[in-house]
Amino acid sequence: MATLREIRGRIVGVKKTQKITKAMKMVAAAKFRRAQRNVVQARPYAAKMKQLLNHLYTNPEASAHPFIQPRNVNAVALVIVTSDRGFCGAFNSNLVKTAERLINANYKTLHEQGKVRLFCIGKKGADYFSKRGHSIAGKYIGVYSNLVFGEAQKVAREVIDGYTKGEFDRVDIVSNVFKSAAQQTTVTEQFLPIPGDAFDGDGADSVDYIYEPSDIAIIDALIPKHLNFQLWRLLLESNAAEEGARMTAMENATTNANELIRYLQLSYNKARQAAITSELLEIVGGAEALKKAG
Amino acid sequence: MYEKLFQLEILTPGKVVFKDEASSLSAPGVAGNFQVLYNHAPFLSALDVGEIKVKDKSGSDVSYATSGGFVEVKENHVVVLADAVERSDEIDVERAKAAKERAQQRLKSMQMDVDLERARAALSRANNRLRLIEKG
Repeated sequence: MATLREIRGRIVGVKKTQKITKAMKMVAAAKFRRAQRNVVQARPYAAKMKQLLNHLYTNPEASAHPFIQPRNVNAVALVIVTSDRGFCGAFNSNLVKTAERLINANYKTLHEQGKVRLFCIGKKGADYFSKRGHSIAGKYIGVYSNLVFGEAQKVAREVIDGYTKGEFDRVDIVSNVFKSAAQQTTVTEQFLPIPGDAFDGDGADSVDYIYEPSDIAIIDALIPKHLNFQLWRLLLESNAAEEGARMTAMENATTNANELIRYLQLSYNKARQAAITSELLEIVGGAEALKKAG
Repeated sequence: MYEKLFQLEILTPGKVVFKDEASSLSAPGVAGNFQVLYNHAPFLSALDVGEIKVKDKSGSDVSYATSGGFVEVKENHVVVLADAVERSDEIDVERAKAAKERAQQRLKSMQMDVDLERARAALSRANNRLRLIEKG
């Protein structure tokens, strides 16, 4: 049995850890609220963008656009959105597992030929995949510390450039999206070519717009914007999911610490009582011995 | 003051910049500046770098610097989808100046790896912001 001093030391240690997890939970909660607000604020733009695309998709020029027209897939790129920092439960490990499953299920032969390129947003994913010898085409770290639209644009530009140059013929994004503070799901979305079901272009709102300069020019300008925005939206979602996951993980850690303290306190009390009992027995035994001797 | 108002929304990926009734909107279309008033025909235009001017329902003018986007006009509902929008009185002068210098340097260096198109675009955005500040 551990000595009293050892147990006391552990109780102090666990309490200190608990203070840290509690503080981290508070910080994550504040960040989560901000991230959630960002997601909500991006929604009107998203809705409008989608509406415009739906409208334009009925135009035959649109479906022939190089970003929409599917190509023969000879090489693929995956954009993997993880976090920079840990302490967020299974957030990152779930994501990299999903990405690996995707590679093994859909792109096994391509991967063996080295034709799966990875763009990793977030340190965790980049670390994981570079350790396992994947070819990392792009690594973006520190995106979340200054989450602005320009960052998403930068990543999107590099991915789109590669696609345009024919370095790969399909791009998927693996990312976490947030359902609620305690719940995240991993989603895989096709980024390029833009899948047809991104539009429910039934042409229902057949408004006869005056296009300026022309409908084709607007399609050409709108599609890259749409792609930038898709990536931006996933970054926001992932950020909110990350902070939510961290909040829950820290909450659990704090509860577990309480449990541990309770258990340690119990064994401390038991040890203390045992010590007192044995001391008493010694005294009584000693007194008996003296009496006999006397 | 103005009877004939339409719904105006100015949206960026980051936030809703303006959502209210307005009586007039002037914007820099890629094919030239245009103005939208009440009962404008359905219209879809791409925007250039420039100034968006709004006359709101109280009749006062607000102007914004934009770096491009789209405008949709439909049944007296106008939506501006912009990449970035800054109110003219909220523009960060220092930042705009720094951006201008950066862009000029990039253009001057004329290296092969410098993306001229992007540097020019950045310069025009910076100039646009500075011009708006001077106008006050």
